Amino acid sequence: MAAMAAFILRRVFQAIIVMLVVSALAFVMFKFVGDPIAQMVGQDTSLQDRAALRERLGLNDPIIFQYLRYLGDVIQGDFGISFRTARRVDVLLVERLPATLELALVAAVFALAAGVPMGVYTGLYPDRWLSRVFQAVSLAGISLPTFFIGILLILFFGVVLGWLPTFGRGETVRIGWWSTGLLTLSGLKSVIMPAFTLGMFQLTLIMRLVRSEMLEVLRTDYIKFARARGLSNFAVHFGHALKNTLVPVITITGLQLGSLIAFAIITETVFQWPGMGLLFLQAIQFADIPVMSTYLILVAAFFVVINLVVDLLYYVVDPRLRLDRSLAT
Amino acid sequence: MAAPQPLLQVDNLRIEFPTRRGTLLAVDDISFHIDPGEVLGVVGESGAGKSLTGAAIIGLLDPPGRIAGGQIRLDGRRIDNLPYEQMRRIRGKEIGAIFQDPLTSLNPLYKISRQLVETIRTHAEMSPSQARARALELLDAVGIPAASDRLDAYPHEFSGGMRQRVVIALALAANPRLIIADEPTTALDVSIQAQIIALLKQLCRDHGTAVMLVTHDMGVIAETADRVAVMYAGRIAEIGPVAAVIKQARHPYTHGLMGSIPAIGHPVEQLTQIDGAMPRLTEIPKGCAFNPRCPEVFDKCLSHRPDLRPAGGSDVSCWLF
Ligand SMILES: Nc1ncnc2c1ncn2[C@@H]1O[C@H](COP(=O)(O)OP(=O)(O)OP(=O)(O)O)[C@@H](O)[C@H]1O
Ligand SMILES: [Mg+2]
Repeated sequence: MAAMAAFILRRVFQAIIVMLVVSALAFVMFKFVGDPIAQMVGQDTSLQDRAALRERLGLNDPIIFQYLRYLGDVIQGDFGISFRTARRVDVLLVERLPATLELALVAAVFALAAGVPMGVYTGLYPDRWLSRVFQAVSLAGISLPTFFIGILLILFFGVVLGWLPTFGRGETVRIGWWSTGLLTLSGLKSVIMPAFTLGMFQLTLIMRLVRSEMLEVLRTDYIKFARARGLSNFAVHFGHALKNTLVPVITITGLQLGSLIAFAIITETVFQWPGMGLLFLQAIQFADIPVMSTYLILVAAFFVVINLVVDLLYYVVDPRLRLDRSLAT
Repeated sequence: MAAPQPLLQVDNLRIEFPTRRGTLLAVDDISFHIDPGEVLGVVGESGAGKSLTGAAIIGLLDPPGRIAGGQIRLDGRRIDNLPYEQMRRIRGKEIGAIFQDPLTSLNPLYKISRQLVETIRTHAEMSPSQARARALELLDAVGIPAASDRLDAYPHEFSGGMRQRVVIALALAANPRLIIADEPTTALDVSIQAQIIALLKQLCRDHGTAVMLVTHDMGVIAETADRVAVMYAGRIAEIGPVAAVIKQARHPYTHGLMGSIPAIGHPVEQLTQIDGAMPRLTEIPKGCAFNPRCPEVFDKCLSHRPDLRPAGGSDVSCWLF
């Protein structure tokens, strides 16, 4: 257990370093892009008043103090005020958070639920025609740009067939501060196309990964020995082979969850999905620095947390990493 | 027929690999048998087809390799053309296997208890706790010290020799009547090899299990095998009782191999006193495959292929006899 604790501590420490670096970047953006005073006061404010405001806000202090103050604010959950909407940034983002997280989650579940079986199938039966179909689909998924897939879907299922809504989240239900679209019919219908669009790339990635790992693992001695022991195909394929492909699959899927959140920007734009990505894009148009930098910090935080969880999952899956148990005999 | 039926009978087995440049015949028309409880040693240079023969018997040839001809029979019943599912029931239960690199034969992600229990329960109706008790017996039988403490360890927590004992326990879990042991000690420390061979020999004698023991180690053959088959370029050069083959080798290739009776732990290659190398599968000469290297070659060897014929105590495929 000591090794486990040390491992976690080390990872948490690394995570903190990463977050410090990102917050410094966010601060630099805050500091040097645009002039906050100009954003806050009217045209007719005198130079003296501006200077006084500057002094009062601490903008003349040494930069390191300003950074520390920014850090202090951020740690306390004070991310500043949006230039564009004059509302608190954290409130703005928290409003948008559920939409993005639900979209990313549905996309990830879809990518896993379809990608792993497809990868297993193509790995086990590389020569069957269905495997070739999967391979072709995955090639399309990797090479077609996200917005293109999205627009095609909108055109076909939204405009031509009229089955699915082409924009927005549909009806949402509030559960505490969380607003979910997954509990209403229109919400569920609305999430299908965006999640498919967002998850398509992940799906092909996972499928290809599982396929190549399966092919690799099926050649190993322990699979041959498992067959020689007379184990059923099911036990060999799913008990022994699939589990050995899990470590890389977990890594990639985990890391991809981070990029799902980050890349949701494009999908959210195509489908006018009211998530953080759309907010971020609007913020860029208005040079709304507090929103932009907070979004940066938030996305980085997601990446860091996901990485941490992925590392811990390794630990659970692969006993060889639990090196604290002695190498006996 | 008066003679008791052999446990395993291989007749005219041919194994081929379709490749882009034509079909390679890796095992070319070999026949032999193994009696119940008997240890058949199989020797020969690297690439002679020893592993392929073993894999074919247990039905695990890696594609695109395939059996192109001949028959394999267990207790007189053909097993070379069985559907996958029927062959699966024979694997582990009737014919066990230990492969060339036993160190990687265990799934690194599962405790050995799980690997033992799943094997036991695949072949016998047993509750998980009964199977666990049986797993413990097996570990004891293969000489794992403090077996009850080691049952729930992972493979990486064992040394090479101990892992090898676990592999043997797994191969013997369902009491098969034949074990294909393909160089079971090659990957181990020399000091441990003899122990493992002794263990295998003792367990198989106790249970009346027959063994096809593939090895490069003539010392092991001399001590362990009842009969020995010498393979060369996908064919059997000579097969017979171990004493006859070792002491009165007939085939010039066997002669070369047995140039001196080695002590345990000396691989064949170091003793080979034959010039040249075994031909590639694409370049096997007409007539006797050994003719380019044979010190006693004559006309007939270049044009006609010799079949196995009795000579002295053994069967030899050489025109000299
Ligand atoms: N997939 C394959 N494709 C083509 N040829 C193959 C394939 N697998 C094996 N062979 C050939 O079959 C021949 C016999 O191989 P096999 O593994 O049975 O040799 P072996 O006697 O066990 O040798 P070793 O002592 O090195 O284990 C070799 O010449 C090898 O090149
Ligand atoms: Mg071999």
